[in-house]
Amino acid sequence: MWRWLHPYAKPEATYNLLQKFLPWFVALTLVTLVTGVIWGLAFAPGDYQQGDSYRIIFLHVPAAVFSMGAYMGMAIMGAVALIWQIKTAEWSIPAIAPVGAALTIVALLTGAIWGKPMWGTWWVWDARLTSELILLFLYVGVMALYFAFDDARTGAKAAAILSLVGVINLPIIHFSVEWWNTLHQGATITKFERPSIATSMLIPLVICLVGFAFLTVSLVIMRLKNEILRHELHRPWAQQKLEQD
Amino acid sequence: MSQLSGRQTWLTILKRDLRIAARRRSDALNPLLFLLMVVTLFPLGIGPGPDILARVAPGIIWVAALLASLLGLERLFRDDFQDGTLEQMCLLPQPLAFTVTAKMMVHWLLSGLPLVILSPLLALLLSLPVQGWWALALTLLLGTPALSALGAIGAALTLQVQRGSSLVSLILIPLFIPLLIFATAAVENASMGLAVHGQLAILAAISVLTVTLAPLAVAAGIRMSVN
Amino acid sequence: MTQVTSTNSSLLHAEQLSSIRGGRVLFENLNFSVSAGQLWQVSGPNGAGKSSLLRILTGLLEPSAGAVYFNGEPLSQSWSEFCQQLLFIGHKAAVKSELSALENFHWQQQLSAVGTVDAWELLEKLGLLGLEDELTARLSAGQQRRVALTRLWATQASLWILDEPFTALDVQGIALLQQRFVEHLASGGTIIFTSHQSLTLSELAPEKLFLDAQGDAL
Repeated sequence: MWRWLHPYAKPEATYNLLQKFLPWFVALTLVTLVTGVIWGLAFAPGDYQQGDSYRIIFLHVPAAVFSMGAYMGMAIMGAVALIWQIKTAEWSIPAIAPVGAALTIVALLTGAIWGKPMWGTWWVWDARLTSELILLFLYVGVMALYFAFDDARTGAKAAAILSLVGVINLPIIHFSVEWWNTLHQGATITKFERPSIATSMLIPLVICLVGFAFLTVSLVIMRLKNEILRHELHRPWAQQKLEQD
Repeated sequence: MSQLSGRQTWLTILKRDLRIAARRRSDALNPLLFLLMVVTLFPLGIGPGPDILARVAPGIIWVAALLASLLGLERLFRDDFQDGTLEQMCLLPQPLAFTVTAKMMVHWLLSGLPLVILSPLLALLLSLPVQGWWALALTLLLGTPALSALGAIGAALTLQVQRGSSLVSLILIPLFIPLLIFATAAVENASMGLAVHGQLAILAAISVLTVTLAPLAVAAGIRMSVN
Repeated sequence: MTQVTSTNSSLLHAEQLSSIRGGRVLFENLNFSVSAGQLWQVSGPNGAGKSSLLRILTGLLEPSAGAVYFNGEPLSQSWSEFCQQLLFIGHKAAVKSELSALENFHWQQQLSAVGTVDAWELLEKLGLLGLEDELTARLSAGQQRRVALTRLWATQASLWILDEPFTALDVQGIALLQQRFVEHLASGGTIIFTSHQSLTLSELAPEKLFLDAQGDAL
């Protein structure tokens, strides 16, 4: 792994690689998200209980899934940064955290909007919403810690350690909140062998999930490119890049 | 060359820190007084009815305990950081992740243990039924080591940050949530006369896990801060 | 500067050390070898990276590039042994202001695992007798420095790395410390220290490493 990764430990190589991949990811994001969202919102059948209001799951579920996924990704990059001392891995933490936090906020907002017709109120202390809220706090903590340091490298290291601590705690928090409140509808898509969601709804949902995955990756790549440039500004290659664009 | 055993080093650090703490008693005392005052605020704020108080007592006491444990945290490593003692700890032949547990122990002895001892008084003030008292003390006994361990992580990570106390709270409070949930559930169950073994076992498990893993994060945080 | 490239014969060997702090290059591609029994003085203007260099040599600070070898092995691999051989007194002297001079001495001594040193004799030698029960917070800067330096008389460590050990000391203190240097070197010990002043004792002829503000080492 180390041999394979090593060339990309050089910020310039990483930057070029990211630049090469970015258009593809953006294109894939557009195709899948547009397909998924239009299919989900316009063509998928309505729910016999919830009517059309359930359609927000096409945004809510993917946002919630990748808000967690982004945290995992951040923690993995944190581990890479701490173990192999790779600079780009350190910079990816401030690149990922705001994207993850934004996804968390989307999940919270869509959850609240979904909650209004479902429970008649914008906010209930439901297990999943509460977990999302705590996840948001975890993101806020990582970002606040990162920005509190004058020296960006130290800040990134601190954020890396905290994100690892957070990722170990995340299952415990999740489990405790689940246990604390088990009012929410049971998990609907994770049970693939006997899905309790109709195939006609599942397909657009899966497309939306893929779309959000590409969206997350594209946003992270864009932010990481900026982070690399920001830190490498004093290097000639970075100045060349800036002049080209 | 004679080498100091790990246990001796650990005890030396523990004794030194306890002696220093004895010279600045207010550091340990103030969070406890804060806790007592916060708990006093609730009957004044929501009325002195014993039913309501008993109902919210576990939550209030635990939330107040969490907040009180945040108060002294900034000092945990700061003095040692500023006078160079932490550098010397990094250069001891024993692993840093081991020696910092002595400091975590001191923190627990000065903040966690007094809470356990103080808990009957808090229970009394908030009209918690007598059958809930031992559960409250037990949850504090099982949960506060994890508070000290997590707190040490927060303190270690924010050493280089000036005025980091609000930052410490920000990064730690989400991590405290599981403790709060299981501890208050245990106390509630106990005061209603229900079984609490499950919650206490989970609380103990969380504490063991935290106390085992936290020193690694603390050591990494200190090395980063000393750098 | 003597360029010793073989890492085997040297106690501490710096290879291609670079340090960049806050976007500024302190020094680059620094190579030197310290053999057992040598005395090294690092000098240079303020901000040239003397303290950073010493902290890199102790392993406290990561170099931006390069590596430090102890007995031919990278620091991280010989860490435990290195820590036993090392005595480091940094800019921050690790004197607890809440403890008295005697208490400071005692716990330092306990941590460094030295058996029999007469505390009173040592305190007298360092001119701290009569102040031993005073909290160090109330002592003068020079006296506090003396408290920190008590470690040098109660140690079995062979490699001393001292950051500005002479600061705040009076003439008498400086003479005392130099005398101690002579003893340590005579017993085969090694010292690396930073100082602006030249040593006054003729027995002491340090190897010199000069860091200038432009990031070059002479």
